[in-house]
Amino acid sequence: MDLHFADAKPTDEERDAVDGYLGPPESGWEGGERTEADLRWARGGHAARDRRDLLLPALHAVNDRIGWISEGALDYVCRRLTIPPAEGYGVATFYAMFSVNPRPARVVHVCTDLACAARGSRALVAALEDRLGPAGAARDGAVWQPSPCLGLCERAPAALVIQAGTAPGSGPSDAGQAEYATAVVAPATAEGVVAAAHAPQAAPAEPQAAEAVPQAGDPGLVLLRRIGIVDPADLDDYRANGGYTALRHAFALGPSGVIREVLDAGLVGRGGAAFPTGRKWEATARQPERTHYLVCNADESEPGTFKDRVLMEGDPYALVEAMTIAGYAVGAHRGFIYLRGEYPRALHRLNHAINQTRARGLLGENVLGQGYAFDIEIRRGAGAYICGEETAIFNSIEGQRGEPRSKPPFPVEKGLFGKPTAVNNVETLVNVLPILERGAAAYAATGTEGSTGTKLFCVSGTVSRPGIYELPFGATLRELMDLAGPPESLRAVLLGGAAGGFVRPDELDIPLTFEGTRAAGTTLGSGVVLALDDSVELPRILLRIAEFFRDESCGQCVPCRVGTVRQEEALHRIADRTGAAAATDIALLREVGQAMRDASICGLGQTAWNAVESAIDRLGAYE
Amino acid sequence: MTTVPKPVPVPVQLGLPRRLVEFALDDEPVRVPEGSTILDACEAVGKDIPTLCYGDTLTPKNACRVCVVEVEGARTLAPACSRKAEPGMTVRTDTERARHSRKIVLELLASSVDLSTTPHVAGWIREYGAEPDRFGPDAATVADRAPKVDNDLYVRDYGKCIMCYKCVDACGDQWQNTFAIAVAGRGFDNTISVEHDAPLTDSACVYCGNCIEVCPTGALSFKTEFDMREAGTWDEDAQTEATTICAYCGVGCNLTLHVQDNEIVKVTSPHDNPVTHGNLCIKGRFGFQHVQNRD
Repeated sequence: MDLHFADAKPTDEERDAVDGYLGPPESGWEGGERTEADLRWARGGHAARDRRDLLLPALHAVNDRIGWISEGALDYVCRRLTIPPAEGYGVATFYAMFSVNPRPARVVHVCTDLACAARGSRALVAALEDRLGPAGAARDGAVWQPSPCLGLCERAPAALVIQAGTAPGSGPSDAGQAEYATAVVAPATAEGVVAAAHAPQAAPAEPQAAEAVPQAGDPGLVLLRRIGIVDPADLDDYRANGGYTALRHAFALGPSGVIREVLDAGLVGRGGAAFPTGRKWEATARQPERTHYLVCNADESEPGTFKDRVLMEGDPYALVEAMTIAGYAVGAHRGFIYLRGEYPRALHRLNHAINQTRARGLLGENVLGQGYAFDIEIRRGAGAYICGEETAIFNSIEGQRGEPRSKPPFPVEKGLFGKPTAVNNVETLVNVLPILERGAAAYAATGTEGSTGTKLFCVSGTVSRPGIYELPFGATLRELMDLAGPPESLRAVLLGGAAGGFVRPDELDIPLTFEGTRAAGTTLGSGVVLALDDSVELPRILLRIAEFFRDESCGQCVPCRVGTVRQEEALHRIADRTGAAAATDIALLREVGQAMRDASICGLGQTAWNAVESAIDRLGAYE
Repeated sequence: MTTVPKPVPVPVQLGLPRRLVEFALDDEPVRVPEGSTILDACEAVGKDIPTLCYGDTLTPKNACRVCVVEVEGARTLAPACSRKAEPGMTVRTDTERARHSRKIVLELLASSVDLSTTPHVAGWIREYGAEPDRFGPDAATVADRAPKVDNDLYVRDYGKCIMCYKCVDACGDQWQNTFAIAVAGRGFDNTISVEHDAPLTDSACVYCGNCIEVCPTGALSFKTEFDMREAGTWDEDAQTEATTICAYCGVGCNLTLHVQDNEIVKVTSPHDNPVTHGNLCIKGRFGFQHVQNRD
């Protein structure tokens, strides 16, 4: 590949950040000092290009160190990895957490999404405008910006501070740059956010993950049973509490035996699409083409969803064990966790768990001495909801823009790096443990015929005990709301997130199963249950949903790229209108929404109109 | 705009002939070679499906969604340009649902992009009853982006860009392997851009003009065409086309010279030419001035 670079040079710190991740350059061909030998030897071809998947982590390395990605830094990354700089620029500008324009080292992401909006994010934003200046304006070495859902809904309103700097523990740089640090401020007050914006290291520690689980310690819990019971940093504690018995069972059953159990258990995906997990695994395992991959979708970004974060923070070894079993079943030796970029604690906990299990022979060349090789790598997202789409996640890992691919071919045939791949959500994977520990029949005894096992629900909004709840499938929405403490004047419940739908207070007897919600014309989605009381201005919430999808559309296909813009415009127009004054725009919304649903490439565009439509049809918004 | 000759699907037969796939297209049985798309089948039987991002020399990107058709049993509509024909499938090209999506796609595009130089689109807007104006005068648009005139050979007028990705694919691994341009940004704000949005002259561009060849909207155009349109002298009806062989080297690329008032105003290459597939180099594409240098 004959690459062309401009003259922009990286600073020493930028070069150090990239080399710190990629190692020093081997030759002048990849950005090192040019020597006499380089003139007689060219590095290129597949060997040079095959490291494209390191692009996103390399961009993170620069962004973590400097806070933004300069021309010199981007060109240096592209030289190191033999990537055309135009493509590198296209990738860097795709992600909301990256900036190709200078900005301060400390960036404050303030959630203005649904759950936080229901708990006072507007007042927080107004106070921050007073104290820190308008969004996007640098002041005193910090800048704040509104953010889509940060997955901290049980502690809404929430903010996340990220301070770029040197590697934690390495001390300040020669130039006096501080260490990289993050701070979660939730529930957030203006004082708390301002303090953390200036000194994230000094921010108060986050509460334990178990604080997000009101039922913690309840012996009836299955997926959440260890949360608050085991030390999430302690592998021995995990093993003493039933950890790694499922993997031993898996080795005794063999890969096809594991798949059989998962099929018999009736497990279906918990990410939103409810596809049978066993069938996915079977189809992947059956592909004659090697290599097979496993991808864990931990890019939890559906507004109102935070279950996967709580699982990863509270019981990280469970995910590692479950992925090992899944990898064994589908014939993969490498698994990737694609973790959303806004989850610093989950990243820390999972990194620790993977290192511990690797050191103890539970990952690596010979897992549990069974002759099976498996290892896990974490890839961080960088602020793009669309990367949770099952094919966009592959493009993102591969160092391409996180745009969804056309299906067919499906991931089980051509997935990550064009190879057969099983991609599963965190909660789905963790369900495999009780299936193997107790057997398929015992697992399937819980729940209903069409929806077996238990389900995690992310309850937020105006309830008195927000958090993650685990209930057997078949419990009603009312039972769940009663556990969480519903508001006195419930106006609506958003089920399934921004891509889900609203239901009315008189519909609380809907059974929380895949078939039950489908029959009621709504969806479980990712398990979001967002309660809104009558103080909430519904048109404002709908506008926020539309704004979310407009921001998060990748822009690949016309129905979604332009359709989401036209829908937001129409919702703006009718924000203060009702009845006949809104009728024309509602008709327009329906027409555009239908085309988005029918003709968009992926699930984002296809579902972007669902919640607004349900608000019009079920709640009588704008009447 | 030039009329690119309709490509004649000439299957290159390697080894055994391809099997035929039979399926129902608008209630008529059709048989097409295995691997054909629904669009191939439509073309074979003379059905006209609108396309914008589809390029006869490129792998379908199916980004514009104007060619969607209804496949029985599928939850969503399918892009005819890339969905492969499968035995026994039932496809309907003219259902209300498909026509509705096409109409909306045309409205969304026509309200957000300057389609004034996009061939065929005015006819489709009439045919589907699209009303782009109904989104109001304040509808967000990219049509007001200023054209990028930063070199003597061609102009990038991204106010006319529908983001079909064809120029990126032609510049990248599908043809030219130069990788000078890519999609940057996200969502409605995305653009085709060189790195850091630099001028073309600072980029890897080799000025082959193969991006112009595939551009479906006139967003990319010869500087000669751009200047003549600005001056109001561009007159396609008064142009003649002559296909000849490039004299610069021994490869033998076909050039189609577009001539107006005895001046070459634009050079294209036939897409069905087995040497070029529509691609040229800077010399063939832009090196025509000496022909008309009369001093």
